[in-house]
Amino acid sequence: MLKIVGYPDRYSVAPGEDIAFKISLEEGEQFEARLVRVVNGDCNPAGPGLKFPHVPTKIDGTHAGKPQRIDAGSYMIADGVPAISAHPFTFLAFVWPTLPTRGEQVIAAKWDAATNAGISVGIGDEGRLSLTVGDGAGGTETVRVDHPMLERQWYQLAVTFDPASGAVTLDQRPLAAYAVIRDHGQFRGRVRLSVPAVKSPFYLAGRPEADGTVGHHFDGKIDGPMLLTGLRSHADHDALLAGVAPRDLRTAVIAHWDFSREIESVRAIDVGPFGRHGRLMQMPARGMKGHNWTGEEHAWPRKPEHYGAVHFHHDDIYDAQWETSVTLTIPEDLKSGAYALHARAGDSDETATRETYIPFFVRPPRDKAKRGKRPSVVVLAPTMSYLSYCNHAEHITARGAERQMGRLLTFGHADLYMYDHPELGGSQYDTHADGSGVCYSSRLRPNLNFSPRYHSWLGGPGSALYQYNADTHLFDWLDHKGVDYDLITDEDLHEEGYDLLADYRVVITGTHPEYHSTAMWDGMKAWIDRGGRLMYMGGNGWYWRIGFHKTEPGVIEVRRAEDGIRTWAAEPGEYYQSFNGEFGGLWRRIGRAPNVMAGVGFIAQGFDISTYYRRAPDADNPRAAFIFKDVPDEIIGDFGLVGGGAAGIELDCITPNLGGPPNMLRLASSDGHSGMMMLVNEEFGVVPPNLGGDQNERVHADLAFGETPSGGAIFATSSIAWCGSLLHNDYDNNVSRITWNVLERFLDETPFA
Amino acid sequence: MVYKIDPEIDRHYIEEFRQKPIGAHSPGLQRLLNLMRHDPSGRQVVLICRRPFEEWVLGMMPADRREPIAVEENLVFTDIEEAEWEVFRRRWRLLTGESINRPLRD
Repeated sequence: MLKIVGYPDRYSVAPGEDIAFKISLEEGEQFEARLVRVVNGDCNPAGPGLKFPHVPTKIDGTHAGKPQRIDAGSYMIADGVPAISAHPFTFLAFVWPTLPTRGEQVIAAKWDAATNAGISVGIGDEGRLSLTVGDGAGGTETVRVDHPMLERQWYQLAVTFDPASGAVTLDQRPLAAYAVIRDHGQFRGRVRLSVPAVKSPFYLAGRPEADGTVGHHFDGKIDGPMLLTGLRSHADHDALLAGVAPRDLRTAVIAHWDFSREIESVRAIDVGPFGRHGRLMQMPARGMKGHNWTGEEHAWPRKPEHYGAVHFHHDDIYDAQWETSVTLTIPEDLKSGAYALHARAGDSDETATRETYIPFFVRPPRDKAKRGKRPSVVVLAPTMSYLSYCNHAEHITARGAERQMGRLLTFGHADLYMYDHPELGGSQYDTHADGSGVCYSSRLRPNLNFSPRYHSWLGGPGSALYQYNADTHLFDWLDHKGVDYDLITDEDLHEEGYDLLADYRVVITGTHPEYHSTAMWDGMKAWIDRGGRLMYMGGNGWYWRIGFHKTEPGVIEVRRAEDGIRTWAAEPGEYYQSFNGEFGGLWRRIGRAPNVMAGVGFIAQGFDISTYYRRAPDADNPRAAFIFKDVPDEIIGDFGLVGGGAAGIELDCITPNLGGPPNMLRLASSDGHSGMMMLVNEEFGVVPPNLGGDQNERVHADLAFGETPSGGAIFATSSIAWCGSLLHNDYDNNVSRITWNVLERFLDETPFA
Repeated sequence: MVYKIDPEIDRHYIEEFRQKPIGAHSPGLQRLLNLMRHDPSGRQVVLICRRPFEEWVLGMMPADRREPIAVEENLVFTDIEEAEWEVFRRRWRLLTGESINRPLRD
């Protein structure tokens, strides 16, 4: 179990800038901190071992710490809503509950947590619409309808309350009718308690608790919520939504939040006359189909009125909002590269880890004038892939992962902590507790598997590394070879595009650069088209499109649309990204297959073992002679720390007719895969009986090279496991030699072709 | 119809697994493992690392995440393949009623 966890306020920082670290201690009141460079995060005794050179800075020493908690769960909060319980009022909305039996959940509330006073509309007791009132003197009273709602069905709600008489009406009307099913719930009666005027804000999908958190979250969609004076009906709701309400009804509107407005934002627009706009907290899902979605339009930007729903989850998390524990000012002369804050709160043992490495990257100065002469090489750290996999917990939340891995799922202390702390939020591979996919991922929270020393349950036997920690093998190799390089992150590339790459001759990727925004994609392609030399050091690259939020920092969106390896699938009609209105999903389905960028594209995945490459005829092509200098071997990479070989985990190959350059050389292809290395589903229409690499000739990685017409070139390893072989035999092996030969030639300014 | 493990037919895969618990398997052993690795109760056996690359124990993850993982503290493995073998033997016994009384390595 982890006794210390934390996160930085950014993943990329420039010299002279501050980076703040937010630390939580499970034990004690202080921790030791120091800055280290991350060279190798793999403690496998079969490899070179951990390498974290200390970089002395002013933060060296002891710092105060304390426990910090995460208040997960999304909701809407709106100020300025008057004390509705002073006069008769009505709450109207559509809801689509996704966990109706989870317990008491609040749909709407004006509630004072300190005195337990106010009004709270919710569902409970197996999913029945309810009204709870609190008198502020210790008394609460709840009334409910007579039948529960069904999961994932739309209901139109009408809740009226007359404070003078205590009269209450509740009506939960299903939009779909089913024989035998009784889910039209009603209540007509009174509450005994009197409700004082409450000045607290108005909430949707949660309400304030006495401990300062927001709780009793609602799981599901809310659409068209409104508050009216007087006692109103479903027909009034319909008339207001249709814009045909008479004047006396229009003037009864206290607030009407229209979630189809400003979908790209976190604002909840009150279209009533008072402008009592709300704010959506902890990032509930937007661009969601509303109660009136017909299927005639699948793009919310073209028909937002069909996308008036917000999907709230009790396990949504955008910002952990932890206090800063220590702030580091990056020294002006600090070399660009991978770093971490090493925070230690005691000795570790079999049951507890009391130290953590919180990684981040130092990029070149933002001001070009201050950059001076830069190296020719830049490493692009795939931080948005690290973020998409943030707290990847399929080994906890799904079943079947052991079958997929072909071995037992290994849990380290970080995984045990993850198990006990679902409030950390899942990755974009996980589902919320209600089964809907996690489409947003934020870096403003601990990212337990973005850490040196993290050994992943899906990282391949041996070192069991995946994503960031697997990339430390590359960092180690670059360090050992004395390569002078800058490092930038995906987020830097998204923000600055081609201009950030323009002055570099060589880009080296990480092992798994899977997630790219349109700006990232365009920037990289522009650079390649202008003579850049790309060393693609992994597999499954340029696969999913992501979107960045326009106002909220550090959060990305993915829509698992219609194809690809998906652990969940977006609902039909919800393929468009809410952050920017773009069609989401695979870049391949958008018309930009990975092959367009890298000359190769995703073909297979399997996590049991890694294998080797066998030299192919193109290796003898004079164009490739420089790559095989001092490499006469027939077999390449039959060794390595990630699965035991250089070809494994996820593989790419040259595939005609996907937009890749036709001049790619197939230098070598992987061989010897087991039946667990399987063809990916975008590669077939009819499920073939021979999915596995032991029976399917298409299941292989292609080591590939091709020149570009602008004098540049592309080298693709096409395997996530490639970098796991670089360090073998004290860095002296054919994978290392091939990689070095390529880098050496790519650094030579002589144009290709 | 899902294949039902038959000890008479499948017994010879025990030795294949013992020889190589992790890696490429024959189609017959792979089918056996795919079936053995499914627990309809929703529970899941996991391997808990106490010291990286040195010590592991088994844990039973419940179907409901709100319940704690039950850890078998007293059976410590110093080799992951030994843990795989132990789990394989337990599952074979559960599914066939037969005990495998051979160690992973002679």
